[in-house]
Amino acid sequence: MSVLIGKNTRVVVQGITGRDGSFHTKGMLDYGTRVVAGVTPARAGSEVYGVPVFGGMAEAVKATRADTSVIYVPAPYAADAIYEAADAGVKLIVCITEGIPARDMIAVWSYLADLGKNAPRLLGPNCPGLISPGQCKVGIMPGHIHKPGRVGLVSRSGTLTYEVVDQLTRAGIGQSTCIGIGGDPVLGTKFLDALRLFQGDPGTDAVVLIGEIGGSDEEEAARYIATEMTKPVVAFIAGRTAPPGKRMGHAGAIVSGGMGTAAEKIVAFRKAGVPVANLPSEIPTLVKAALGGSRRDGRRPAKAKPKRAKAKTKARPKKAKRPARKARPRKLK
Amino acid sequence: MNLHEFQAKELFARHGIPISPGHVAATPDEARAFAERIGFPVVVKAQVHSGGRGKAGGVKLAHNAEEAQEKARAILGLTIQGLPVRQVLVTRAVDIASETYAGILLDRATRRPLVMVSAAGGVDIEETARTSPEKILRVPVNQRTGLLAYQARDIMRRVQPDPALATRMASVLEALYRVWWESDASLCEINPLVVTTGGEVLALDAKVSLDDNALYRHADLLAYRDDRDESAGAVLAREKGLSYVKLDGDIGCIVNGAGLAMATLDLVTHYGGSPANFLDIGGSSNPEKMVTALQVITGDSHVRAILINIFGGITRCDDVARGLLQALDRMPIEAPLVIRLTGTNEEEARRILSERGISATTSMDEAVQDAVSRAQGVPV
Repeated sequence: MSVLIGKNTRVVVQGITGRDGSFHTKGMLDYGTRVVAGVTPARAGSEVYGVPVFGGMAEAVKATRADTSVIYVPAPYAADAIYEAADAGVKLIVCITEGIPARDMIAVWSYLADLGKNAPRLLGPNCPGLISPGQCKVGIMPGHIHKPGRVGLVSRSGTLTYEVVDQLTRAGIGQSTCIGIGGDPVLGTKFLDALRLFQGDPGTDAVVLIGEIGGSDEEEAARYIATEMTKPVVAFIAGRTAPPGKRMGHAGAIVSGGMGTAAEKIVAFRKAGVPVANLPSEIPTLVKAALGGSRRDGRRPAKAKPKRAKAKTKARPKKAKRPARKARPRKLK
Repeated sequence: MNLHEFQAKELFARHGIPISPGHVAATPDEARAFAERIGFPVVVKAQVHSGGRGKAGGVKLAHNAEEAQEKARAILGLTIQGLPVRQVLVTRAVDIASETYAGILLDRATRRPLVMVSAAGGVDIEETARTSPEKILRVPVNQRTGLLAYQARDIMRRVQPDPALATRMASVLEALYRVWWESDASLCEINPLVVTTGGEVLALDAKVSLDDNALYRHADLLAYRDDRDESAGAVLAREKGLSYVKLDGDIGCIVNGAGLAMATLDLVTHYGGSPANFLDIGGSSNPEKMVTALQVITGDSHVRAILINIFGGITRCDDVARGLLQALDRMPIEAPLVIRLTGTNEEEARRILSERGISATTSMDEAVQDAVSRAQGVPV
């Protein structure tokens, strides 16, 4: 099981003929992702690794029934690509592009919000995308470090996520879905949204959350974990030693006005009963402990307990080599 | 990118925000001449990219030409938060009847612009936010309509009892919002927005930070860039598209990806070392980036060990290895080099490096500990 994407996801690549777009189209195809279409307005009619290129999203979606878009369009044109994807009716838009002006994203968000229930989910921008190991990869992460399993991962970072995934995999902990929400200040999907998805996913038993300085999305996530989430979460926060007022690479990674420090976020998680790793290398151990059955002190909603107890038997490592697909009730969204 | 006060005021004036007349001077003589033209008393204000100018003695009142010259001389000799004062703004002093704070920023939680106004003007707004957040009025703005006139009036009426003055202050707030939106600013601040004893409404100070991602569409604002306080390395990094922040330590860090770079600095500190910088060489596989990165790092004389931490995703480890060898061919590197490479094409990368007798580890913890001990082992 996984969230947002799976074996049947049909991907259209916006900016498929560009350097990054074509390189990662190959990466996604190699991983087994069903890349069904590409869009580059000036190159309609051509092909990239056998994928047909269309002049616009509406045509591409109509011809191929693509339901997910991934955007590699340069920053000045990326907002337009998001609008085009939304209007073409895809359900998920993954925006990899880094460097989009915040003002463009404010406008994009307001447009998507107005679509209400019909709004597609936006992931990113400035994100590595997402992957459900063994099923589907939409983005730029190295697929081979992942391993199918039952731990969800959500992160604002790219390479730091790979680092953690690699360590999880080496420790024998597979992943259900790894979601990179992006390093920008205005994001389509926040930690809270990703946690809700994992909470509702029968294929996810625990979640690793990798936050960083800037903003207050981690605090918002901590409140949700404390009050509503029944699955264990392990956190790591990057930027403990970042000086205030300096942007640490990501547009959103800045301690401004004394707000958004790593210390505040760590306190918020600890208060919510979430173990916070001091080092990335501590994460696998904390995940194993969280999965080991010892539930965190009794603030978990009672109704969820019986279900957890069942889901938590030790059978998992054995089943890990492709369990027969059980007809579990599947919650969409 | 941050603007100087005088630049921000120019921008404000273009949008119709009233400011008191002023001139920028780089010498005490210039300051004196401008002061005489403006009329006394004047205020002489340090123009540096830093807060806390007042507390650092960077803002002084002068009642005559000699005083203006003397105060300018004193301020031009100051270093504020490590930044030398190269110019002063000479502006007319006013008698203040009331001070208000007005600011516009991006509210990340709601993904909307946020207007903030406080009757506690002229003091550190961060302090107010911490100690008495209830004193700050906040209005989220719908970006499609912009800040509406009635919203501006309503908020200003709550801090200014005089209706005529409140209306004029509301116009300033609307203009400030237009500056924020049209300039792609991340922060616009007037602190304080004053009413003088003569009933004038004036922006007495001005602070503007621009969204770096949007500078490409603001050629006029780019002209405001003042990089004289940046090191040659920092300028080089920016021009080559690397993300670099100078820190105080002695371990030069080259990492791909911002999150991993932050985590690397944290790890260096955890293991008892002190990072010399944050440097993200980004995601693409371009050997040239490693060359630039090493130029930036070796330009920092405090660096006593260099730590390269690469997790190959888009970045291919073999490209990083080639870039590293190219860099080593071009420049001698005296500081010990600790390399950690893992991910895409790591075997090829290690083979390339080993041909030149360079070893690389795969563990981040090991690499960091190694770099920390080497930095401590190098004689001064």
